Amino acid sequence: MKAMKLIGAGLLLLGGGVAVAWADDPTPMSNKEAIELVQTHANYVWTLVAAVLVFFMQAGFALVETGFTRAKNAINIMMKNLMDFSVGSIAFWAVGFGLMFGTTTTGWFGTDGFFLSDYSPDGDPWVLAFWMFQVVFAATAATIVSGAMAERTKFVGYLMYSVVISAVIYPIFGSWAWGSLFHGDGWLGKLGFIDFAGSTVVHSVGGWAALAGAIVLGPRLGKYGKDGTIKPILGHSMTLAALGVFILWLGWFGFNPGSTTVADKSIALIFVTTNLSAAAGAITAMFASWAKFGKPEIGMTLNGALAGLVGITAGCANVSPNSAIVIGAVAGVLVVFSVIFIERLKIDDPVGAVSVHGINGAWGTLAAGLFNAGGTSLSLVGVQLLGIVVCFVWTFPLAFGLFKLVDKTIGLRVSPDEEMEGLDMVEHGGVAYPDFGIASHGGMVGFPGEPAAVKGLVGGAVPLKQE
Amino acid sequence: MKKIEAIIKPFRLDEVKEALNKLGVTGMTISEVKGFGRQRGHKEIYRGAEYQVDFVPKIRIDVVVPGDMADQVVATIAEKANTNKVGDGKIFVLAIENAIRIRTGESGKDAI
Repeated sequence: MKAMKLIGAGLLLLGGGVAVAWADDPTPMSNKEAIELVQTHANYVWTLVAAVLVFFMQAGFALVETGFTRAKNAINIMMKNLMDFSVGSIAFWAVGFGLMFGTTTTGWFGTDGFFLSDYSPDGDPWVLAFWMFQVVFAATAATIVSGAMAERTKFVGYLMYSVVISAVIYPIFGSWAWGSLFHGDGWLGKLGFIDFAGSTVVHSVGGWAALAGAIVLGPRLGKYGKDGTIKPILGHSMTLAALGVFILWLGWFGFNPGSTTVADKSIALIFVTTNLSAAAGAITAMFASWAKFGKPEIGMTLNGALAGLVGITAGCANVSPNSAIVIGAVAGVLVVFSVIFIERLKIDDPVGAVSVHGINGAWGTLAAGLFNAGGTSLSLVGVQLLGIVVCFVWTFPLAFGLFKLVDKTIGLRVSPDEEMEGLDMVEHGGVAYPDFGIASHGGMVGFPGEPAAVKGLVGGAVPLKQE
Repeated sequence: MKKIEAIIKPFRLDEVKEALNKLGVTGMTISEVKGFGRQRGHKEIYRGAEYQVDFVPKIRIDVVVPGDMADQVVATIAEKANTNKVGDGKIFVLAIENAIRIRTGESGKDAI
């Protein structure tokens, strides 16, 4: 009895204390509001954590690109990647974000939100979180191009392109598909175009711009023999390239699931579809290269994983895990044949950017329609195809024209002597690996003056004119 | 004094080095080189394109020894570097005009 009295007295005191404390709280929040606030906070945290993961993909791109290219150009690759993100951030802050997500009357481009004008210190900070998430996406599209243009592009010319893609080319198409995610209302999105995380918006835009760049530049010296034989220019580090792919794979777990910008259970499916597609892509690419060349080849297998990731990016939220495996498997085979095909067209793409991002961006977008979990239809697939085509028609000519313009004004490509010496010394006055005695024979097969027994070599390793 | 230049397969280096040390050879220089003799090279693939690699990585050993040791050194290297397969390498013997120890300025036989 005494114990009960004590407990009772204690509870009374406790209740009294709580009542007093509660009475002092100036703005008592209802349960509902409190729960919504926690959810909002969770959305912020998830979106920004995802943004960090996507940011780290910049490291992935840098490593893949440098791994697949020669040591004498490693500094240049790093500088271009560094600037893609830095210049892209500023360009997207100043112009791109507004064009992509600003209020629109036409449905074709935004008209406000430039210089982050939506932000005010006592306004809703969601615009900052959203901007942060979107800027890393814009930077992804921009940095795809540096791989295809590696080892022969003037640094200044590249910087000029980088501003334009982040400020204009990427955001305007992006507004058509994604404008409604903020203040805009894009016409393509209104038609029901499905591109959850950007197979087309990000990867195809980057891929087609890369194609334009590679075509305008022409192939690297020594890449093609006089009779048209393809001569491999070996990348200087398969380990860096592989690490880069792993980092991209990791970052994609922010790229795809983060695109919900909401912290809820739907992200789980997206994680799974993303991973399964990447894995399937790596496997089928490996087998495809095994079948075609007799050995499982590292370059193709790495590209296969990336192709799977690009391929699932559009449909990651609306396809089943089983479908994700099929999508990735197709992507892996597609990328192998695409790399070979594009090389045969005399388009020199050192890292396979056009095949991984352009071609598989298109496949991923189509697949999102074909494998839609709610059922597919002709009209749905039709809208997907429309988006794919429109993206190409917008991006490729614009990028091509831009590169031609740069070429005609300040020149897009370095001189043959500069290319043979290596961009690190010529453009940046430095050496990437000063402690290592790297025999910079251009990484090409054979040394200058190698016996003619190697067929198809164009006069040693120092040809003076492009074929 | 004679200089012995030997081009050998890289993985034979440790055995050759141990054997030369046992012989009493007091120093050597090695470098990483590429080369081919009649071995030629092999085919490799990179991103779907086949290419021929003729130059094969080798290790080059340079030792300078008194003239009366030269034959023994050559025989030792030849024995330890031999794998009975194509690409085992070659040994060259040259006459040396002089040798100088940098630290002390000694020359001739005292320098090696």
